[in-house]
Order: sequence, then structure tokens, then C-alpha cells
Amino acid sequence: MLTIKELHKKFNPGTVNEKTALQDINLNMAEGDFITLIGGNGAGKSTLLNCIAGVYGVDSGIIAIAGENVTKFSEHKRAGVIGRVFQDPMMGTASNMGIEENLALAYRRGKRRSLKWGISQAERQIYRELLGSLELGLEDRLGTKVGLLSGGQRQALTLLMAILIRPKLLLLDEHTAALDPKTAEKVLQLSEKFINEGKLTTLMVTHNMRHAIKHGNRLIMMHDGRIILDIKGEEKQKLTVEGLMKRFGKASGEEFADDRVLLS
Amino acid sequence: MLQIILGAVSLGLLWAVMTMGVYITYRILNIADLSVEGSIAMGAAIGAQCIMRGMNPYAATAMAFVGGMLAGLATGILHTRLKIPALLSGILTMIALYSVNLRILGKANISLLRMDTVYTVFENFGLNKSSAVITLGLLCVLGLVGLLYWFFGTEIGCAIRATGNNPQMARAQGIDTGNMIILGLVISNGMVALSGALIAQSQSFADVQMGIGSIVIGLASVIIGEVLFGKRNFFNRLIALVLGAITYRIIIALVLRMGMPASDLKLFTAMTVAIALSLPVFRSYLKPLQRSKKGEM
Repeated sequence: MLTIKELHKKFNPGTVNEKTALQDINLNMAEGDFITLIGGNGAGKSTLLNCIAGVYGVDSGIIAIAGENVTKFSEHKRAGVIGRVFQDPMMGTASNMGIEENLALAYRRGKRRSLKWGISQAERQIYRELLGSLELGLEDRLGTKVGLLSGGQRQALTLLMAILIRPKLLLLDEHTAALDPKTAEKVLQLSEKFINEGKLTTLMVTHNMRHAIKHGNRLIMMHDGRIILDIKGEEKQKLTVEGLMKRFGKASGEEFADDRVLLS
Repeated sequence: MLQIILGAVSLGLLWAVMTMGVYITYRILNIADLSVEGSIAMGAAIGAQCIMRGMNPYAATAMAFVGGMLAGLATGILHTRLKIPALLSGILTMIALYSVNLRILGKANISLLRMDTVYTVFENFGLNKSSAVITLGLLCVLGLVGLLYWFFGTEIGCAIRATGNNPQMARAQGIDTGNMIILGLVISNGMVALSGALIAQSQSFADVQMGIGSIVIGLASVIIGEVLFGKRNFFNRLIALVLGAITYRIIIALVLRMGMPASDLKLFTAMTVAIALSLPVFRSYLKPLQRSKKGEM
């Protein structure tokens, strides 16, 4: 579903601030793969997601989604086949617009927008049902401005918007990191539910080793802009935090020492 | 006195068209677009020159609208395609338009005295000039309120609003934010130029200088409207804009009548806007005081 070949990305090339963010990334995601992507700060996880989504251009390499080379496509054009949820709950929704208006924007992702009325009565019924499935009491607040919702509610709404039109690829960029543990758990459960129900091809970045091990059918670890571990199948199922840390040490030649990952 | 108020209302209605244009960029797109300073004078210049050349005044006014849209297109391309910051793009268009407007006018100003204008039809029904301006102004404003209310409820209109509110989210939902910004600027500047053409015909002359300070007047009207007449929903906001523009004109007429020299007008307007924009800061100081008075906390 997603194919990445020899991807390279440098920030500020040719200056003293030059930083190699991605080096020779190669990745093949099969349809229905649910990959958890883990790594320390500055490992390149978010950069990789942003390159796939088209936020950043790449220096060299190829990104293809469902067989189509999208390397040169702009961000909004790729959005037609990609659903995204960001780390910052404020980022994924328009705060001055209502819940239903935000959903209506997402409902038209990848379609041509015309001078038809921006939201139809039939859609409202769909939104009400879907919002009900979140069990956050949002189904009776269709007109409420999203700015009035809590971080967790906004993140759940963003998730719903990302899957409203079935995406060929779902990108979750540490989407629970900014939430309190209880809300994070709830949003994670919802994500798992939507991914399983829709058999969505998903790439989820996380800082949390436990989450990375528990969720998904494949785990990828990044370090210094490279993919250093790729664990799948039965091996993934048997994985423990200790085992993962040992394997990290072997693969990178360093001891795993990122507080944020270890403590979470 | 009544004459002064009527004059202020008629002028306010014409400026309300411009205010709605400023609202589209300032509030919906979240851009302070300075090109309106040039496009209002451009609208006046195109309207006046076309009428002088014998064109039907309504067609001349439509030409002004198209001219303004082109000005907005220029700013939009500078900003979204050439990646020049929005404020600077507006300034560049504004300065460029000064020369363009002089070319259109051929000299610093054109008089429209004794020429047929868009108001002549209404004057032929026996209305005096001021009532004719109010009648047409009202028709124009109500028509535009309806049109804008409809447009910003459509799929494209919603996409423009999302772009101004959260461009990152808009792109993630497949919206071409660059095109939406251009479209917003085109509509906004078209309306501003339309307003310029209507104003020029009501005052019977077009002047290359008439745009100076207009962005501040537009902002003042937007803010007065929001503070005094509310912003509950979009329709309410649009009406508030119109009332804000009229209120601004009445305030100006009154302070002039109270003896303020006309040359101080721009200072007065700038101060009004500065105070209105800083209101949230003052409020945040006042809030704790009010709460402790009520015995909360």
C-alpha cells in the first residue's frame, strides 16, 4: 500500500545548521498493515510521516501510495488518500467552525468542492451516528464550535475526520502524547477499533514502548534518521519491553537512553 | 442635524460594502490585506473614467468590480505563489496601484458633475441625492449580505473559512489553501473596488488619494460592528458590519460637527482602532477585579 525507496531528507542543506533527518529509508507496507513506529527524540519519526504526507519535500527517493508515485504531489493532493491525526489536538480541527462543519470538510476530502451547500441534512444523520460511536456525548452538539471542546474530544473528532472517507493510509503522529493518560487510553482504543473495523493500513508514531508493542502487527524502530529494527508477525507478538531494548542496543551499538521513551 | 445623519448613513452604507470586503480578509482569511487602499481608489478611478467615456454607469461599476478582483489576484499570487508575506504583498499591490490608478485617471482626479451615475435612475423617481444613495446603498448592501451568507455556507466557502482558521488542517483535508486565499482576496478586493466606484459616484469625483487610510476605516467599522452589534452567527456578523460602518460615519460626522478639524480625522480613526484592538488586553486586567468584587474565587 505504501512503498518508500531510498528516501533521503536533510534540513537546512549547505548551512552550519545542516541536519540529516532521514537516511536511506526503505519501507514496504502491505495492505492492512498496522505499523507502530518508535524511536527517541530526533530519530526522524515525525519527519518521515511529514514526508509521506507531503508537508516536506524530499531530497531524493520515491514515495508511492497504492502503486501511485506521489513524491511530487502537494500536501492537499495527497490528502485525498491519506488520513492524519496530529500530536497537537488543536492542529487537526478548525476551532472557529462547528463539529458538523469540520466533519463536512473531512467528508469532502479528495473530492471536488463546488458551490453546493456545505453540509446536507442526510450527512447530519451519518455524523450523529458516528459521533455517538465515540461515546463522548458529541452527537447532540453538532453545531458546537470545536474550540469549546476538550483536547481529548478534539482528538477523537480529528480521528473520526481522518477515517470518515476511508483513507488508503492512516498516519497517526503521536496522537495521544498530549493527552492525560486516561483520555490517551480512550483515544487509543478508538483508534484500534476504527483501524480493525476498516482494516486500515496504518502508520502510528509513538514514544510509548508499551503501546508500540501492544498495538499493530509490525514494529519499526528508528534511530538517527534510519530504520534500525523491523519486527513483524509472531516475533512481534512475543516482544517485551526488555527484549525490545536489548535489540535496540544490538542494532544501534548504543544503550537505549531516552527518558521520554523509557519512563512512559 | 437630520441632514448630517442622513449623509452619514448614506456614506456608511457605501463604505459597508468595503467593510465586508475587509472582513473577508481580516477575519475570515486572517490576513491584514493592505491592497484595499489601492483597490478602493482603483474602483473609483475605473468607474469614473468609464462613465466619462460614456459607458452606462452600471456597466462602469461592474468594470470597477472586475478591476478590484484583478488587484486581489495580484496580491494573492504574490503571497501564495511567490511566497511573499501577506502584509508585504498587500503593500506592494497598494503602491503599484497608485501608479496604475494615475494612469487610469490620467490626472490626479476626475469630476463627475452633471454626468449620469448609478444614482440618477433613483433621482429621476423624485428622490433627492442623499435618499437616492441610501436606496441604492441599501439594495446593494442587502444583496451582498445575502450573497456572502450563501457563499460562505457552500463547500468552497467553507473551505475558505477553514483555510483562514487552520491552514494545516485545511491542507490535511485536501483543501488547496493557496487557491482559497487567492479566491478570498479576489472577492474581497472586488467588493472594495465596487465600494470605491459607488463612493466616487455619490461624491461626484474620483481622486487618486482617496484610498489613503481606508484599511483603517474598514477595520474600525469591523471592530465597532463586532463590539456594538454582536457576533453570534455569520448572518448577525454581516449585519453588524453594516451597522458598524454606518456607526463609524455617524461618529465621524458628530465629532466634525463638534469642531474637530478634518485634518485630525485620520489620527482620530487610528486611535479608535488602536483602542478597540487593545480592548482584550484591558479586559484581562479588569476581569480579576470584577470577580473579586462579586465575591467569586
